[in-house]
Amino acid sequence: MKTKPKPMKLSARRAVAVLGNGHPVVPLRERRLTFGNKWDYSPAPEESKNYVITPRHELFINGRFVKPHSGKHFDSINPANEDKLTEIALGDEVDVDRAVQAARRAYEKVWSQMPGRERGKYLYRIARIIQEKSRELAVLETMDGGKPIKESRDVDLPLVAAHFFYHAGWADKLKYAFPGKTPRPLGVAGQIIPWNFPLLMAAWKIAPALASGNTVVLKPAETTSVTAMRLAQIFQEAELPEGVVNVVTGAGKTGAALVNHPDIDKIAFTGSTEVGKAIAKAITARADPPAGRNTRQRVSRTLPKLTLELGGKAANILFEDAPIEQAIEGVISGIYFNQGHVCCAGSRLFVQEGIYSTVIHKLRDRIQTLRVGNPLDKNTDIGAINSKPQLEKIKMLVQSGVDEGARLEQSSCPLPQNGYWFPPTFLTGVTMANRVAQEEIFGPVLSVMTFRTPEEAFERANNIPYGLSAGVWTDKGSKIFKMVNKLRAGVVWANTYNKFDPTSPFGGYKESGFGREGGLQGLAAYCQLD
Amino acid sequence: MNRLNVKKTYKLYIGGKFPRSESGRYLPAKSAKGEHLDNFAYASRKDFRDAVVAARAAFDDWSKATAYNRGQVLYRAAEMLQNRVKELANEVSRSANVSAARGKHEVTLAIDRLVHFAGWTDKYQQVFGSVNPVATSHFNFTTPEPTGVVVVLAPDEPPLLALVSLVAPVILSGNTAVVVASEKFPLPSASFAEILATSDLPGGVVNVLTGRRAELVPHIASHMDVNAIVDGARDTEISAKLRAGVATNLKRYASHSLTLADWFSSEAEDPYWLLDTVEFKTAWHPIGI
Repeated sequence: MKTKPKPMKLSARRAVAVLGNGHPVVPLRERRLTFGNKWDYSPAPEESKNYVITPRHELFINGRFVKPHSGKHFDSINPANEDKLTEIALGDEVDVDRAVQAARRAYEKVWSQMPGRERGKYLYRIARIIQEKSRELAVLETMDGGKPIKESRDVDLPLVAAHFFYHAGWADKLKYAFPGKTPRPLGVAGQIIPWNFPLLMAAWKIAPALASGNTVVLKPAETTSVTAMRLAQIFQEAELPEGVVNVVTGAGKTGAALVNHPDIDKIAFTGSTEVGKAIAKAITARADPPAGRNTRQRVSRTLPKLTLELGGKAANILFEDAPIEQAIEGVISGIYFNQGHVCCAGSRLFVQEGIYSTVIHKLRDRIQTLRVGNPLDKNTDIGAINSKPQLEKIKMLVQSGVDEGARLEQSSCPLPQNGYWFPPTFLTGVTMANRVAQEEIFGPVLSVMTFRTPEEAFERANNIPYGLSAGVWTDKGSKIFKMVNKLRAGVVWANTYNKFDPTSPFGGYKESGFGREGGLQGLAAYCQLD
Repeated sequence: MNRLNVKKTYKLYIGGKFPRSESGRYLPAKSAKGEHLDNFAYASRKDFRDAVVAARAAFDDWSKATAYNRGQVLYRAAEMLQNRVKELANEVSRSANVSAARGKHEVTLAIDRLVHFAGWTDKYQQVFGSVNPVATSHFNFTTPEPTGVVVVLAPDEPPLLALVSLVAPVILSGNTAVVVASEKFPLPSASFAEILATSDLPGGVVNVLTGRRAELVPHIASHMDVNAIVDGARDTEISAKLRAGVATNLKRYASHSLTLADWFSSEAEDPYWLLDTVEFKTAWHPIGI
């Protein structure tokens, strides 16, 4: 029935034929809403002038901001306009070692000795200061990472504060979390976080670690360090004892130095599956860690505990009996939220065949209404792609999809001149073997496929090395729970998508990593249970 | 010439407002040494019934508020108390005739206890609820829900700490409370009510009555819009009356009869107390095979 469409060039926009009488005629199945400039809003930028970003950021070690050993700094740019935002310190092995030593001292002398109730009160303080500075942090997050202000303001920051608040409460209640056990902290945790939710990932990592009595060395992502350093200032303001949290900025080498440091008891990593595997290898490779020169006779006899939260290629499964308008909104936010820079993004859409044409039609209309542009504008739906390499990767994978025979559907929205941008995109006619159906694109690109029966849906959904999340859209409850049981994914959203809460564990099956963050299960990742 | 102090009448706290007793009655608050400190309102049966109406009216919104929100509200109460430690400590020490240090200790412990219970609002379901592996193809889970309006009887001593330790586990799950405060030393609880009124706690979630416990007790167990009673009064006669009363209508009744010293120990910081005022609800839902 369906013939395979010919590959098109990326730049190709759907053209409309014009008849002799001047009226555009669009074939029925091609018709889409065109709003012209009727839906143009006046600019509504969030105030950003009042928030000063210092021209240079140093490392945060032992409660103080210190220059990096290398003396080097690298530029951090605003991906929405390619302007230099500030300079970030480049940490090396020496800095990592200093940070780990500071964390070790703080762990042994202060933090592990402190009653849980007092630890909790520090975390409550931090949560409250974050709430107070919420708007400022949201603006910085948006300028540093390119995400729309409405997301950093309404999603990231409230969740950041909520994570500290929730875990603050656990600090003096750990014995209730693990009946029959006496939970103890692990020691010093090395935490490496990604650039897609810079502050939120810092909160996910730091809050449970501190609540259960560990101290931390945090390595933010290279392109998004600004808010992590602002968080360090918040720790100072909260009078958190020195060394309890240390922040060492830098790129992959800095992270590797942290992973390979012999005096770390726990590694928590969120990022790509590729790097996750490299970390797992690096840790197992040192079954007998050599005595480091700065470890003061203390050599971890056991390997550090490891949790990994890695990539995903979530299936969003749309049944014929789904509430269709609600489902379309869920599919849209599932993939275009945060420019698709979301490990659990619903990047594969499986549509039951009976509603396929309706769904495609609605998706086509809906992406046309998404506003792409200045992330600081309060009406912006899709902001800037986080970095140039990421934009290149998205372009490359989308081109591979087109080359492999998929049909490209893109919004005709204008894109700003400067900065890194990609319009909301979906691909139809995708097959399971295509790269766009197998690889994580990490951009605003949705691959659409079809299915006939629930069995086919979960088999195809599971037929991938990833297993982080999935979505199910149907009005039938028993079908939801059947799918929940069958899907090999750590989080399954039913008739909703991309919902996060500090009380709810998050994490993946298979090559999406192991360990959970949030809830009781997330706490366990930072406790020694004897 | 010495300046003349202004004297205050301590009033009831009902529905977020501070009325005098509808009966027009008052009592003198006396210190442990017998000095006349100030006067306070002497609650009647009608005041109690008004307080239950206020608590019932507040229940819907409070129990529907998110656990996170309730946690923040309780934490806010602790924040409000922190800057008023001196004031409350003074109320405690001048009433119970204890040292200023002891008064301060009681108040700071009350703050920490509020913080402790604030942390339970979004955790007790995870600790006390369950997913049940039934033998049929059903998703079956049990969650605790607040029972409704709860009457709390506070002991005479410690006047502030016991009240906080009894009320926090009641309201954290979404119940609303009518508190019968310390009869001997009512001023700290009345002052605490004034602090609650300026915190984020919605009016009617906690109502505080002062007066004679024995006069109100006969009307508590028989009130059909009261769902549960938490009795911390440590009075065998009162306890017997309440037990006899609830036996006729199966109202929930729990007794926490602690010694003065125990209120300062971890015994009075027990999350299992919150189970006194929750109902467990189990839901079944089919799973497609």
